[in-house]
Amino acid sequence: MKIAVCVKQVPDTWAEKTLSAEDSTLDRAAADGVLNELDEYAVEEALQLAEAHGGEVTVVSMGPERAAETVRKALSMGADAGIHVVDDSLHGSDAIATSAVLAAALDGKGFDLIVFGSESTDARMSVIPAMVAERLGIAQLTFAQRVSVSGSDVTIERVTDYGFDTVTGSTPAVISVVEKINEPRYPSFKGIMAAKKKPVDTVTVADLGLEAATVGQAAAWSAVQDFAARPPKPAGTVVTDEGDGGSRIAAYLTEQKFI
Amino acid sequence: MTTVLVLAERDSSNGTAKKTTLELLTLARRLGEPQVVWFGDQGSEAASVLGEYGASAVHVVGGQDMADHPVVPIVDVLQALVAELDATAVLVPSSADGKEAAGRLAVRIGSGVITDAVDISESGVATQSVFGGSTVVHSTVTHGIGIYTVRPNSVAPEPAPTTCGVIEVDSTVSEAAKSARVVERTVAGKGGRPELTEAAVVVSGGRGVGGSEGFEVIEKLADSLGAAVGASRAATDAGWYPHQYQVGQTGKTVSPQLYIANGISGAIQHRAGMQTSKVVVVVNKDAEAPLFELADFGVVGDLFEVVPQLTDEIDSRSN
Ligand SMILES: Cc1cc2nc3c(=O)[nH]c(=O)nc-3n(C[C@H](O)[C@H](O)[C@H](O)COP(=O)(O)OP(=O)(O)OC[C@H]3O[C@@H](n4cnc5c(N)ncnc54)[C@H](O)[C@@H]3O)c2cc1C
Ligand SMILES: Nc1ncnc2c1ncn2[C@@H]1O[C@H](COP(=O)(O)O)[C@@H](O)[C@H]1O
Repeated sequence: MKIAVCVKQVPDTWAEKTLSAEDSTLDRAAADGVLNELDEYAVEEALQLAEAHGGEVTVVSMGPERAAETVRKALSMGADAGIHVVDDSLHGSDAIATSAVLAAALDGKGFDLIVFGSESTDARMSVIPAMVAERLGIAQLTFAQRVSVSGSDVTIERVTDYGFDTVTGSTPAVISVVEKINEPRYPSFKGIMAAKKKPVDTVTVADLGLEAATVGQAAAWSAVQDFAARPPKPAGTVVTDEGDGGSRIAAYLTEQKFI
Repeated sequence: MTTVLVLAERDSSNGTAKKTTLELLTLARRLGEPQVVWFGDQGSEAASVLGEYGASAVHVVGGQDMADHPVVPIVDVLQALVAELDATAVLVPSSADGKEAAGRLAVRIGSGVITDAVDISESGVATQSVFGGSTVVHSTVTHGIGIYTVRPNSVAPEPAPTTCGVIEVDSTVSEAAKSARVVERTVAGKGGRPELTEAAVVVSGGRGVGGSEGFEVIEKLADSLGAAVGASRAATDAGWYPHQYQVGQTGKTVSPQLYIANGISGAIQHRAGMQTSKVVVVVNKDAEAPLFELADFGVVGDLFEVVPQLTDEIDSRSN
């Protein structure tokens, strides 16, 4: 089985995120870049599927030069090869362009499964996997808390408001995973060493047969007009329970007209 | 007046229109004349409440076969209606299905898409609250028609009564939709309380609750306030409370008037789902718990002492 896993480099989860005053894009230089948390689960699931059914795992990422670290991280967890789309023209791309680039990078390579995280911690849109499925015209099996594969049949449990839906489709398919699905492994020392020798194909927008004018901020189909930091919330009142903690909350809620 | 399409969100337990649908109609009216797209039965019954909030028509898409395929049938119908009615904007709820449908529709019809809007102006400028509520962003769609997903509890529904016609949509499942099929639905919920994402008050429990029995204390407080119950991932992962009540990055995003967190430390992934709550009350025995930073009112203490006392006080005040 040929499996692709799409990973994104995002600012460190705990880092304060800001938009750049210059062009209203996420200020990526301001924080350390890490592998998007949910994509660790995606890599783990891809590796487990390859281990169970045989096959190769290719990491695919679109992002600036330094996103190569993120590709390496996934390789050090055990993925076999990488495709890194790097191009200055990509700066400021919206979800429309990102999905077009990823679809172009994935198309025609014979991937049976394309695994995503269900959300990036910076964009938080949860749309890329569905958009890539739309572009490639293949099954969308997303928000999975469980994946099972048997031959060309793929069955997932899609998390819903009321519990979950069992959804089936056949390969080739797009899968996105939630964090309940597995426990991502840590790269071993051996894995880190091995990753250095694994092949990473660095490609440009032109290599993918796309026009530079269709990606990046100027080509985006939505635009930020302005942004502002919300003034920090004034500090609240914190009291220590002296046998009256519940009553004090009740008094506060009464004052606030909740009760 | 131009047409604005609104995708209805229905209550999974009784099939009626969720409050989010009325919120969407309230915003849609600023942009044009709203018409609702309704999947499943009870669409004609809903016409009166939809009309009450300004919908001039509800397009009812019946047939179990449409409901048995995730997301794509929604995109197929929205695409057809956008073309037929020459719609200038589409508003969908910021649920998993809603966002995915919006994304796919954007690709298909060549439009920009804005997710998680908390407000939309007459001229189509969307307000988003990003980075855990620390930054407010105004954006517009600059290509095609405006496709927006809107967060629940962002605006108060305002009535604007009109007559809402019922139009049956005759639709068949497309080949694209057939590529994935729902074979079983598993309900793991606890009924009887308001829906988490639309509740005005949410009472949550975390690892500090200590076990599933501990959640009785949380549920009693919730019931005294007519609130929904939420949980941290530590609590859902431990199996103390069903997963779909998880609040946070990979759970629900809630924005209630009042959020009461009990025995929750305040990890960034939890905050991501509750940071925009209007008033936050925190009970935690550790004075250093980071969630106190967000608290409007906090009590450092044992939740098993504080919460029952609070519940008793509320019960006695309302009697
Ligand atoms: C990819 C990813 C996604 C995630 N998504 C989510 C998410 O959606 N939602 C989420 O919540 N988390 C999420 N997490 C997990 C998150 O990082 C935290 O681990 C989790 O929120 C911790 O839950 P908690 O606060 O209940 O537990 P803890 O951090 O263990 O905190 C328990 C708190 O209870 C207090 N306490 C203990 N006993 C009592 C008592 N008797 N009375 C009062 N207080 C008491 C303690 O002082 C402590 O502060 C995610 C993590 C990852 C990696
Ligand atoms: N630039 C990117 N390169 C590779 N994968 C991406 C990129 N952006 C998003 N993804 C994938 O899409 C998922 C959802 O992202 P989003 O729609 O931005 O919330 C992520 O978890 C990744 O798996």
